[in-house]
Amino acid sequence: MTDLQEVTVDDLKHLVSERAIQGETVLLNMGPQHPSTHGVLRLLLELDGEIVVNCIPDIGFLHTGIEKNMEAKTYQKAEVMTDRLDYLNTVGNILAYSLAVEKLVELDVPPRAQAMRVILAELQRIASHLIWLGTAALDVAAMSTFLYCFRERESILDILEMCSGQRMMTTYIRPGGLWRDMPVEFEQAVRNFIKIFPRRVDQYEALLTRNPLFLDRTLGIGKITTEDALNFGMTGPGLRATGSDWDLRKKQPYSGYEQYDFEVPTRPEGDVYARYLVRVQEMREALKIIVQALDKLPLGPVRSSNRKFVPPPRSEIGVSMEALIHHFKLWTEGFSAPKGSVYSAVESPRGELGVYLESDGGPKPYRVHWRTPSFDNLQAMPLMSKGVLVADLVAIIGSVDIVLGDVDR
Amino acid sequence: MDKRLQTIVQKLEKEFGAASSETRGEVSLFVAAEKIVAACQQVQGQGFELLSAMTAVDYWPEENPRFHVVYEFTSVSKNLRLEIRVPVPGISPCLPTVSHIYRNANWRERELWDMFGIRFEGHPDLRRILMPADWEGHPLRKDYPLGYEEPQFSFNFEEIDLRKPYAKE
Repeated sequence: MTDLQEVTVDDLKHLVSERAIQGETVLLNMGPQHPSTHGVLRLLLELDGEIVVNCIPDIGFLHTGIEKNMEAKTYQKAEVMTDRLDYLNTVGNILAYSLAVEKLVELDVPPRAQAMRVILAELQRIASHLIWLGTAALDVAAMSTFLYCFRERESILDILEMCSGQRMMTTYIRPGGLWRDMPVEFEQAVRNFIKIFPRRVDQYEALLTRNPLFLDRTLGIGKITTEDALNFGMTGPGLRATGSDWDLRKKQPYSGYEQYDFEVPTRPEGDVYARYLVRVQEMREALKIIVQALDKLPLGPVRSSNRKFVPPPRSEIGVSMEALIHHFKLWTEGFSAPKGSVYSAVESPRGELGVYLESDGGPKPYRVHWRTPSFDNLQAMPLMSKGVLVADLVAIIGSVDIVLGDVDR
Repeated sequence: MDKRLQTIVQKLEKEFGAASSETRGEVSLFVAAEKIVAACQQVQGQGFELLSAMTAVDYWPEENPRFHVVYEFTSVSKNLRLEIRVPVPGISPCLPTVSHIYRNANWRERELWDMFGIRFEGHPDLRRILMPADWEGHPLRKDYPLGYEEPQFSFNFEEIDLRKPYAKE
């Protein structure tokens, strides 16, 4: 089943309009090395002067074969690969993976670990939205926002480093709980962040929300309706900016999200500005969740005591023969999952992040598929950018919030 | 099983001769390849607006069926999930496209063609999507080996460097 093919202009004929073939419109490459594509994304643009007639995304430059690699590793060794998918939402990726494994082997998670997961996932959501806000504002020439956003993001990364030893590739969440309990300084660090952050969001909003230049570039640009968005598989803030209130944290709660009181911000307009407002509001809501989770953080273990799936703590290995056996078995052979398949999804900062996990009864996943939100969100972008100016296309790419590691996997 | 989902599943079972199963709270239906387009239309008509995921599993060395193509549907209005599995044989695997019903199936089907070599009939733009256009083989098949890179040390650096595939002057 091997076939060698070469791409010629003829192969792309069906994607462009009749006018391109007659030479009335211009075909132009944007990317793969272009600062506004947020990574290595190539857009083939068909232009009529400054107006985008067709936009054909070309992806795959960051394909790393993570799904194939995970099939060759045990469930535990596959954990570290999840961080490399969506590198702005590392905690969310490992959370989705852990939930899928826990569903597959029916593993319990202690309440303290669940609350910690929520805190970290929401901190990560804020960090991800901060990067988005900074870069998307930079795309429409608001330079200073970028610098402020990265300042706050850095304090979140410090908190992650405090927990896991890593700023980005944390792998802190594990199937059955967490890697270890949080350090003593953690609570104070998060409280400090909670104290300063609401004022900082006000500052970003003061820079942008009513800025006439920003409004010019975003109001009414890149509109999409709820029906189109759903038909194109768009989820997350992009969908909520069209008026739908679909948020998996509310609709299909996981990790105890049902205990927390928060709103799902929506806007009816469906344009770039609406997506901006939804994301900024989401940062405030995420902070609300963090405050509640931290206030009633339960005490107790942070890992399941089911030794068939979760390795014993170091202190037990020296005194218990059984613990030593479990430790040895889990770190050499790994654990076996029962035959079957599960699909489990979480709300990542970009939308529905789903993991399809299939087991053949052995210690390695038989198939792992990542349903990554950016892949579908990017697919809807050509629809949003029909008939806009090239400069507006840049604003639209920014507003979709794609992460190429998430698209290409 | 949710009552609303049960009526939908029963309807699909009757209409398409599908067999349903429920494990860990997930409802899954087996549908024959030739009926998938009609089944997708029916599923969309029942309020499943979102095709959440579409993927395949390779059961090599089994030949018939070698693949299962898995569709995960989500109903945003009713808050339900439904899975449809379609068995596909290993010799010239082929399925009708559903990209005119769920438009995000367009890239998902391209991905399955790229990764598993499953053809989708009637697809408007069936090209490779993640791998380079001139790539040989379909990487996520189970008979496709996982590649590796030889670690270079100071004593064998040049020897291994010569075997590396990147362009040299």
